[in-house]
Amino acid sequence: MIKIEIDGKLIETENGVTVIEAAHQAGIAIPHFCYHKKLSIAANCRMCLVQVEKAPKPLPACATSVAEGMKVYTHSAQAVKAQKGVMEFLLINHPLDCPICDQGGECMLQDISVGYGGVASRYHEEKRAVLGKDIGPLVSAEEMSRCINCTRCVRFGQEIAGMMELGQAFRGEHAEIMSFVSGTVDSELSGNMIDLCPVGALTSKPFRYKARSWELSRRRSVSAHDSLGTSLAVQTKSNRVLRVLPIENDDINECWLSDKDRFAYEGLNSAERLTKPMIKQDGKWHEVEWQTALEFVANGLRHLANGAGAAHIGALATANSTLEEMYLLQKLVRGLGSNNVDFRLRQTDFSGDGKQQGTPWLGMSIADISRADRLLIVGSFLRKDHPLLAARIRRAVKNGAQVNIIHSADDDLLMNVANKAIVAPDALLETLNQVARDVAAQKDVGIAASLRSGERVAVLLGNFAQQHPQAAQLQAAAQQIAAATNGKFGFFGEAANSVGGYLANAVPGTQGLNAAAMLETPRKAYLLLNVEPELDCANPQQAMAAMHTADLVVSLSAYKHHALEYADVLLPIAPFTETSGTFVSTEGRVQSFKGAVKPLGEARPAWKVLRVLGNLLKVAGFEYDTSEAVRDEALHGMDVAARLDNGIGAVEAKPYAGQGGLQRVSDVPIYATDAVVRRSAPLQATTDASMPRVWMRSEELGKLGVQPGTTVRVSQGGASVALAAALDDRLPKGVVRVAAGHAATAALGAMFGTITLERA
Amino acid sequence: MLSEQIQAKIERELVKYPADQRQSAVMAALRFVQDEKGWIANDDMADIAAYLGMPQMAVYEVATFYHMYNLKPMGKFTLTVCTNLSCQLCGSDDTLAYLKQKLGIGIGEITPDGKFGVREGECMGACVDAPMFTINNKKLCGRLTPQKIDQILADLEGGQA
Ligand code: SF4
Ligand code: FES
Ligand code: FES
Repeated sequence: MIKIEIDGKLIETENGVTVIEAAHQAGIAIPHFCYHKKLSIAANCRMCLVQVEKAPKPLPACATSVAEGMKVYTHSAQAVKAQKGVMEFLLINHPLDCPICDQGGECMLQDISVGYGGVASRYHEEKRAVLGKDIGPLVSAEEMSRCINCTRCVRFGQEIAGMMELGQAFRGEHAEIMSFVSGTVDSELSGNMIDLCPVGALTSKPFRYKARSWELSRRRSVSAHDSLGTSLAVQTKSNRVLRVLPIENDDINECWLSDKDRFAYEGLNSAERLTKPMIKQDGKWHEVEWQTALEFVANGLRHLANGAGAAHIGALATANSTLEEMYLLQKLVRGLGSNNVDFRLRQTDFSGDGKQQGTPWLGMSIADISRADRLLIVGSFLRKDHPLLAARIRRAVKNGAQVNIIHSADDDLLMNVANKAIVAPDALLETLNQVARDVAAQKDVGIAASLRSGERVAVLLGNFAQQHPQAAQLQAAAQQIAAATNGKFGFFGEAANSVGGYLANAVPGTQGLNAAAMLETPRKAYLLLNVEPELDCANPQQAMAAMHTADLVVSLSAYKHHALEYADVLLPIAPFTETSGTFVSTEGRVQSFKGAVKPLGEARPAWKVLRVLGNLLKVAGFEYDTSEAVRDEALHGMDVAARLDNGIGAVEAKPYAGQGGLQRVSDVPIYATDAVVRRSAPLQATTDASMPRVWMRSEELGKLGVQPGTTVRVSQGGASVALAAALDDRLPKGVVRVAAGHAATAALGAMFGTITLERA
Repeated sequence: MLSEQIQAKIERELVKYPADQRQSAVMAALRFVQDEKGWIANDDMADIAAYLGMPQMAVYEVATFYHMYNLKPMGKFTLTVCTNLSCQLCGSDDTLAYLKQKLGIGIGEITPDGKFGVREGECMGACVDAPMFTINNKKLCGRLTPQKIDQILADLEGGQA
């Protein structure tokens, strides 16, 4: 610690920090543009000039390290003169178009010019103009004349997103921010550039001209689209969500937000929204009153429970349903006498049930990931499945951590990878087991060597590993490796409530059927909570067959979708912005939120719908006034932290089924993961949401005699779809990659299965 | 694709830098391409980016920052006229005007036969010989007068650059 003085105030600070950091710690503001605490120092805007005793001229506070006894003046005549001078230069070429600028009211340039700008400009020459650019559907770069060339956006790409898509081309007064050959900015974190841009050069394309920032009311909420539990502000005007921004939370999302979380809201008011209850009678859909619809459902369920038996009722929920919703769903079906309830829709291996020692979770805090020095990531489309965790790991790697990968696809993670084993799905387990044996035998080879040399080891199983047909054995192997390396192990949760589903007991236990079994041996009635079976289930073919043969399918959904074909009742429920609820993040953080707007049309929060159903069916204990009461009951007497445990007992050794033929590897594309995201037009216009292709190695292309781009017929389980072929020689041999969760591939079968290809 | 000759030259360049800092060779790589083709296309920049394992945009930043790189065809002989202060005071405007009169082209243009191109350049650090231009960034020609320019152009026409 050293002592310095800023504006006469004595400050004790760490050696090595910069003057601006020391000032901020002491609550002293120094005007700045290019400085950002999460980015490297560029010192190119010069707004932060301050006077330092004994220095002959003003120094940039962001690029000057503190020194013992230093005396800094941020408001002395010299400092203010320098700051005003810089401000004048910055405004010389600025269009000063604040009245029509989306950044107006939340613009650093505007704010700082209030303090340091002149009343009038002394510059009467022509201003330079920079042409606007089209860099994709999310970030608008229409008004690049506003850019002050701070390069925050460029540094964000290089340092956080891991890909430098924007750069500063040309020089001097011709310098401009642009992408290479007018390409789009495709990073899954691109929206953060909007927040970072201190002026109105980069703005949100979907939000453009929708409202002035001061007209918006904001409500704190929690991300519904991945498992991180990101803190967000949902901003609304006239009962409509118009924008979503991150709320800084260093333990979770820092100051970032993934594009998925930022722009998903555009799907909330999609034309597909279901706004009235509907019943199908004589093959035709009718809009009905809530009462009619609910009685119809209650009668149907009662009839079935009394007749064929409650075991014929199955309830499925997506893992982004709230804790309250899932709790009431399971309470309802259990009250009717059935234990068939599950939220793990893409899981295929349930042999771990009953052997798990607790609720599977991240196994560490999110912040712990930044501290790990050796990581082994198994079966994860990391960047697309968990964009902000990937960014954290990227930074850990920059700070010296080693990342090792075992997976069935070799997507660019935009970070250095120490070792990787890219193997077919049927070899995934053996590869992990080999690492376990190497570690146990204290061998210093490959991944084992990397892990053994670490002090803080983290073994993490991704979505692909959790969906894998040998998931339980993978978990057991990860457990061994973690134990032998004195590390931690866990799961990257797939969805917002992948932990909460367990806490809500939305799992069958020993008495009921799990998600896969419920569809394999079709039930007579299904209750679907947020589920689009052809997109959300591990085997869409099987799921749809079950829906079509069922006597009663009740779909609680925010959208009109395929359910129109197979369901009997559609109950309009509220997405997360229109209801209160709770998500339990992958690190076990229980976070409740309130609705930001009123439900659209006659949609109602699902917890209320389920409560009324419970009442109509006379199930005991359904008298709740608030979602908080539901939550408190669900978590009553529960020590959540104690429940989280990835330990697993001895699991049976199961071979990988379905040998022979081409093995399918499926990712769920980043903008296909849940109902809201699927309907967000801007997200669907991104490169990441482009039409799925069938990726294969060159030898497979050769066998078919086709070129990349040619349409080929992809068949699985008696159905086929036509997809464009694409080349990926980084795939393991004998593997074909076809996305799941997408309408274009929904006719196919299991995500892990064999697939055949033909020329179309 | 970068030609084998260029790749070989880049490889020689790379020896000078640490193995994990291949992008240090970007300026040289751009120069090799320009020497071979006379100019650098976006595709060449993408190839260089792939070869050196750096972002395409980072190559573009370098290529657009330095005026010596031609981002479009600039003729067999690119005459880069310095228009900075010393040269301006000593008559770079006249140089440009004379070139315009002789070749019929101004800044950024090339003659229809593709032989000559004129560019504007920044101070070449040789103000003592102002006004001046360079030929293909390689040869400095100073104290330019119409006579001297005539001579240079005639030599170039005659193939003795
Ligand atoms: S676009 Fe915005 S963030 Fe990027 S350099 Fe310009 S002012 Fe800075
Ligand atoms: S903030 Fe210090 S120079 Fe820009
Ligand atoms: S100004 Fe022309 S060479 Fe220096």
